[in-house]
Formats: sequence, structure tokens, C-alpha cells
Amino acid sequence: MRSSSSVHGPGRMDELDRRNLDWYVDKAVQILVFAGGISAIVFIIGIFVFIAKEGAGFIFDTLDIKEFFTSPRWRPTSDFNPTYGAFALITGTASVTGMAMLVAIPFSLGAAIYIAEFATGKTRETLKVLVELLAAIPSVVWGFIGLSIMNSLIIQIFDVPVGLNILNAGLILGLMAAPIMTTIAEDALKAVPDRYREAAEAMGATRWQITRRVVLPAARNGLLAAVLLGVGRGFGETMAVLMASGHAIHVPTSIFDSVRALTATIAAELGETAVGSDHYRALFTLGIFLFLVTFVINLTADWIVRGPRRQ
Amino acid sequence: MAPGDSDDAEAEAEAVTTMFAATELDRSNQKRQALFRLLFLMMTVLLILPVAIILAILVERGSSAISLAFLFTNPTQGMTAGGVFPALLGTVILVTMALIFSVPLGVAAAVYLSEYAADNWLTRLINLAIINLAGVPSIVHALFGVGAFVLFFGFGTSILAASLTLAIMSLPVVIVATRESLRAVPQSFREACWNMGATRWQTIRHVVLPNAVSGILTGVILEVSRTAGETAPLMFTGAAFFLPFLPQSVYDQTMALSLHLFVISTQVPGVPDELPFAVALLLIGVVLLMNSVSIAFRVYLRGKKKW
Amino acid sequence: MVAEAGVKMVEVENLSISYHGRPALTGVSLAVIEHEIFGIIGPANAGKTSFLKAINRMDLFTPSMRVSGEIRFQGRDVRRWRNVYGLRKRVGVVFPLPVGLPLSVYGNVALSPRLTGVKRKADLDIIVERCLKRAALWDEVKDRLDSLGSLLSGGQQQRLTIARALSQEPDLLMLDEFSIAVDPVTTMKIEDVLKELKKELTIILVTNLVQQARRLTDRTAFFLDGACIEIAPTGELFEGHVQDDRTRDYILGRFG
Repeated sequence: MRSSSSVHGPGRMDELDRRNLDWYVDKAVQILVFAGGISAIVFIIGIFVFIAKEGAGFIFDTLDIKEFFTSPRWRPTSDFNPTYGAFALITGTASVTGMAMLVAIPFSLGAAIYIAEFATGKTRETLKVLVELLAAIPSVVWGFIGLSIMNSLIIQIFDVPVGLNILNAGLILGLMAAPIMTTIAEDALKAVPDRYREAAEAMGATRWQITRRVVLPAARNGLLAAVLLGVGRGFGETMAVLMASGHAIHVPTSIFDSVRALTATIAAELGETAVGSDHYRALFTLGIFLFLVTFVINLTADWIVRGPRRQ
Repeated sequence: MAPGDSDDAEAEAEAVTTMFAATELDRSNQKRQALFRLLFLMMTVLLILPVAIILAILVERGSSAISLAFLFTNPTQGMTAGGVFPALLGTVILVTMALIFSVPLGVAAAVYLSEYAADNWLTRLINLAIINLAGVPSIVHALFGVGAFVLFFGFGTSILAASLTLAIMSLPVVIVATRESLRAVPQSFREACWNMGATRWQTIRHVVLPNAVSGILTGVILEVSRTAGETAPLMFTGAAFFLPFLPQSVYDQTMALSLHLFVISTQVPGVPDELPFAVALLLIGVVLLMNSVSIAFRVYLRGKKKW
Repeated sequence: MVAEAGVKMVEVENLSISYHGRPALTGVSLAVIEHEIFGIIGPANAGKTSFLKAINRMDLFTPSMRVSGEIRFQGRDVRRWRNVYGLRKRVGVVFPLPVGLPLSVYGNVALSPRLTGVKRKADLDIIVERCLKRAALWDEVKDRLDSLGSLLSGGQQQRLTIARALSQEPDLLMLDEFSIAVDPVTTMKIEDVLKELKKELTIILVTNLVQQARRLTDRTAFFLDGACIEIAPTGELFEGHVQDDRTRDYILGRFG
């Protein structure tokens, strides 16, 4: 007995089993989104390729690696003997980042601990929102604050002639890096399973004891990653450092010294160079250096969070 | 024990009180706990307080210069007076164009990662690339923009080159926000659709994506606020400070609010005090407003459950 | 095994399924006849769900799943269907956990017709009402077709799933332990629905409720540890005419 929805003969089947528009559209979408997916890889490689391309000339012709890393004499515009010693710039970046971490690490950690372990409900939500808003402030605005407010403040409080220095830029940078570090640290603390806390609580430990002895050690990896990412942020920050650290290219001896960071150097000098000149290429080489350092920092942070074992 | 025996009851009560009374150790632990709690609270407050202080100072010193005229007229007298209209317009143009490039690409990438990608080395590589892209310093993005868009592709310093540079900067945030929104849609919905003979794309289009749009929107608003504040990527790729005319095409340069703030506070002599404060206030105001909208939207969405 | 008489909707030969090398089904051969309700009973992890998945090629969505052997749907090897979505459209599936899509009730049932090209509202209205009525859900939702399908009760969502399946106008309906998360009243309603539907389509009913198989099915297969132990007309099986003792033991509840 054949009914309306009966089994069809093989010939009729071929007729009915056809690839329609939907089938082709689906395949096309599959290709499109795949292209979108690998675009991230394309761009990150592209960034490296293009900055390497512009900096290559310098690296192969003029670059003296020893001078680059050890000489503080960055004088690319000198008529007689341009030198490209980046040591002062590197110490500039390092000192400002170091100062920033000095400020940011304890405060971020403290705030993360408070938000994750002590605050509850509405308070926690409000604090998280406030931290998010802190993170939203643009770097040029921070730079301006360093230039105007912090500048006068430092001059007044510490009785120094110049307020644009490591202290200024470091404090500003600390405030800039802190929200991200707080968020990541808080995630790391939250990721510690509740049953660890509950077990400790059952033994009569206080909140702080639990945090100190159980949660913090367990979250160690995530916290380390938070610090690393904060360092990476500090390393790569441009505008705030440009505006708040002063302009002296020299190796600093006190936090009241003005310095110049790698990022600020590029921003300050690129506009004055001719495309293809040595100076131009040298700045791109600084860019390559920055790219590689932040690349390594990000890779390390990611590796730490995943755990050294293969997933 | 006989309940009526008062001596025994007293002894019992005393025993109970002693057993559960706070010991010396308990008391010191509690005190230490309260201390640390206070310490961390202080640290949190100290972290957040600067925002409030900064806002207060900006308002105090800059609000006098802000007005509708400020927003909609051109700067005069060599940028030392007047309004910021071309810079504001420029920022709007740049952000909009950056969105036009980054959102379709970012959503496509996230759809791939969430709906198609298998758990293999390529997917790990893509995720790694996204993390690294997010960590590239803004000045390096500027260098890339110069090398690639200004020079190699020959767009010159233009809105086009600057927007493309900004778009690549924004890509990671758009991808991650979209991916998380897509992942929030339960797998059971997809399987129900697949079993009905719907293709992957039909499922995404009719069931998954519509339910992820709100999350994507939240992420996009966030990204808009970030992009509006960026300076370094614009500096050498398409933004300029003193432009006599408004841009006529995407190959023209434009002014931008962030760059405007940078230049008038560092390079222009004779600027009255309120002006840079006003620009900073405007910039921070726009950014905070958009963030708040995004956060409020997120809270609103949490209340509207669809499953 | 009793010889099958009648047109074969599904025919399976030496079907084996494994996940990451771990076997879930080995060497299953059977046929499902048009217009019968074919029951599959057996304890958990016997391979029943995997069996269903292989029929409508949902194994394509599970990379670890390996299928070997032959499966023919309406006489045609499922692996050689060129448009696999067309294959799936002809097979309606009801899962253990009720799924109401986050569309309106109307949208839930109209989804498949829309995807197949039905555009006019008048046509869709007819389809939606018909399918909801046949799924015994119409009366409860006719005044709120706009409400979200995902917010209905479990029993309603399960009937909504059936309505969705019916909207595909399938030739085969597969139900996988549909009554697990559903109240007894809804279960009864759905059982009545299935008895009616038998006239128009073929039904494969996987169930962990042995008595449900007894009530509904024409023939029943007993799966155990990845093998099909035996297939027989339901009446005979439940009267004790089994070929394998394990079948009788399972039916009598001696293990489960």
C-alpha cells in the first residue's frame, strides 16, 4: 500500500534530492566566516611584516646592536654623527613602568581581594562598575592630567623645579594599568572553586585567613598573568607617558628626573622624519622592539594562565 | 540530669558559655580580619577615588567653556579660542568608519570561532592572534598604519588610512564580545534546528544571532568609547591639527578630539586655561557616557530572560 | 527475527558506531516498516540514541562519531544523499529534554515552513494551527501564539517540539525518551497523538518505559550493550515468547 508519503523509487529520489540555494548559501557563509576567523592571524602577521619592512633598512645597514642596547646617546638628528643608542629610552620605559607597577600591583591586588572575597551583592556590582569606568578614561586625558594637575601638585609637594618626571608618569600609568589588573586578578580569584573556601570555613578560618592561605596560592597563576598584562600595558602606553614624563633623554637617577620612553620617542619624532631616512627606519626598529617585547609578555601571560602543561 | 536542679543547670549554662565563648585566638583573628578588610577597602577606594577627583577638577576648570557654541563652532584665533566642531566631527567620522570595517569582520570571526571552529591547533592559533592583537601598543598600530595603509596601499594620510588602523585595533574587542554572546545561547537550540533540516547558517540567522545581538551591541558601544579616545593611531595616519576645511572625502585628513587635546595642551602657546580642560572634559564626558550606557544596557538585559 | 512485510522506511545493515574508538553499537541490522510504530527498549548506554543520530546524519555534527555499515532511508543510502538538509527535513526528532526555541509559539511552528519557502501569512496560519492541533497543544496556546516558546512549561514545550516536527511534514518521526522530563498527563496526551499520527507517518519510539512500548508499538527491538538482541512483534514479546533470556529479564524489570 502506498500512501502520500511513501518510499520513492530511485529515479524519483534523485529528482528530490537536490542541492538548493540554501545549501550553497550555507557553504558560502562557511567560507566567509572562516576568512573572518583567520583575519586575526593575518593582521598580527601583517603588523609585524609591515613594521619590519620599514625598519629593515636600519637593521641591516646602520644598526649596531651593542650601541642600540647599551648606549644612552640617542641623537638621530645630529649632523656629524647620528647615534642610535636606545639604552636611555629603554631605562625611561623601564623606570616609568616600574614606578607604575609599584603603585598598581598592591592597590590592584587589594581591590581585587576586596571585590572578590569581601564585598557582596550591590556593593560588589557598584565597585566593579566603577573600576570599569576608571578603565575607560582615554590615555590622552590621563596625559593631560599629568601635564596640568599632577605637574603642579608634584612641584608644590616635593619642591622640585620640574613636575614632568618618572613620578608623574609612573603614578598616571599606575592608575591606567590598575583597572585591567584588578579585573583579571578578580577573575583569577573567582576562578578558585568555592569548595576550597568552604572546606577552610568549616575548619573555623576567618575570611582573611581563607584568602591568604587558600585562595591566593590557588590563584597564583592568574594573579601573575594579571601583573604581566599590567606590565605589558605600561610598556606599550604612549600618550600619557609622552605628556607626563618630560623630554630628557638620559638615564634617570631619581624619580624626579624627566625621562623619555620608547613609545614616546616614536610619537614625538616620527613626524619630523623623512620617509626612508635612517632616523625614520630607526623609529620603526624601536617599534619592532616594542612589538616583540609585548608579544613575549602576552604569550607568557597566556601560557601561565593555561598552565605549563598542554591542554 | 534533672531539669529542676538549679545548681546543675547553672553549671551547665556556664559550661556551654565557656565552650562557645570567643577564645583569645578567636578575638585576635577577628581583629586581624577586620583590619585587613578595612585595608583592602581603603585600597579599593583609593583606586577609584582619583576618577572622582579628576572629574571634579575637570568640571571646575573646564565647564565654563563648554556650551552648545563650543560644540558646534570652529576654532578661531589659531586654535586658542572658539569651538571644537571640526574635531568633534572628525572623531565621529573616524569612529563610524572604524566600526563599519571592524564590526562585520569581527562578527564573522566570532561566528566562525563559536559556531564552526573545531578544537584544533588552528583555533588555538586564532585565539592567540586575537590576544596578541589586543596587546599591541597603540603607537605600533600607528606604525603599521603608516607602513601599510598610508604608504604601501597608497591611501596617504587620510580618513581611510586612519579608520582602517583604528578598525584593526578594535577587532579583538568586537570578536570577544560577539563570541561570548554567541556562546551564551544554549546548544540545545542549535541542535533542535539542525535536526529539523536547517543549515548552520539558517540556524545562526534565525535563532542564534538574533539572541546574541544585544550582547554584541554592548561590546560595540564599549569599543566605540575606546576608539573615540585613541590618539596615537591617528597621529600619523590621517588626523591633523590645523585644518582649514572640513574633510570632503575619505582621502582627506581630518581633525580629531583626542589629537586636539594633545596639541593644544602641549604645542600651542597662549591657550587660555579653560580650553584644554574643556576639551578634556568633553572627551571624558563622551567616553564615560557611552560606557555608562553600555553598562546600563547590560544590567537591563540581565533582567530580560528569554530562556 | 520476524520477516518484515511492507515498504521499508528505514533499513539498516551491519551498523556500527563508535566514539573516539569506543564502540557504542556493533553490527546492528534491522528494518522499520512504513506506518508502524517501531519501539526500541533497553538500558542506558545501549546505543539507542546513537542509532537515531545515525539515521538523520546528526553524526556529522559530532566529530568523534564514526559510523560504518549501511543505513538506507526510503531506499537510499543516507551517506549518499547529496542534500543532507533535505534528508533531515523528512525526519522529525523529539528529544528527551523539551526544547522551546526562543521564538514565539507561532514562530516555533512556522520556522520550518518558512525555511522551505512558505511566505504568505495565510498559508503559515493554516500550518501553525494544524500542527498545534495535531500535537494537542492548540487549545492551550491559541490565545497566546505570540508568547515565547522557551518560556512554556516542560510538557507544553515537548508538545511544541512535536508540532515543530509535524510542520516539517516528515515521513519519519523519531522520539527519544520523550516522557522523561514531562508530567504523566502530558505523556498520555502525547501517546494519544502518536497513535493518531501512525496513519500518516512512520514512528520510531525509543523509550526507557517498557510499559510505554507495550502500549504503543507494533514491533519492539531490545538493545543491550551496543547490540540488537532481538526484534519481535510487541504482543509476542510481552507474552514471553522471547528468543533471548535477557530480553525477558529486562522486560520483567530484573535489570534496568
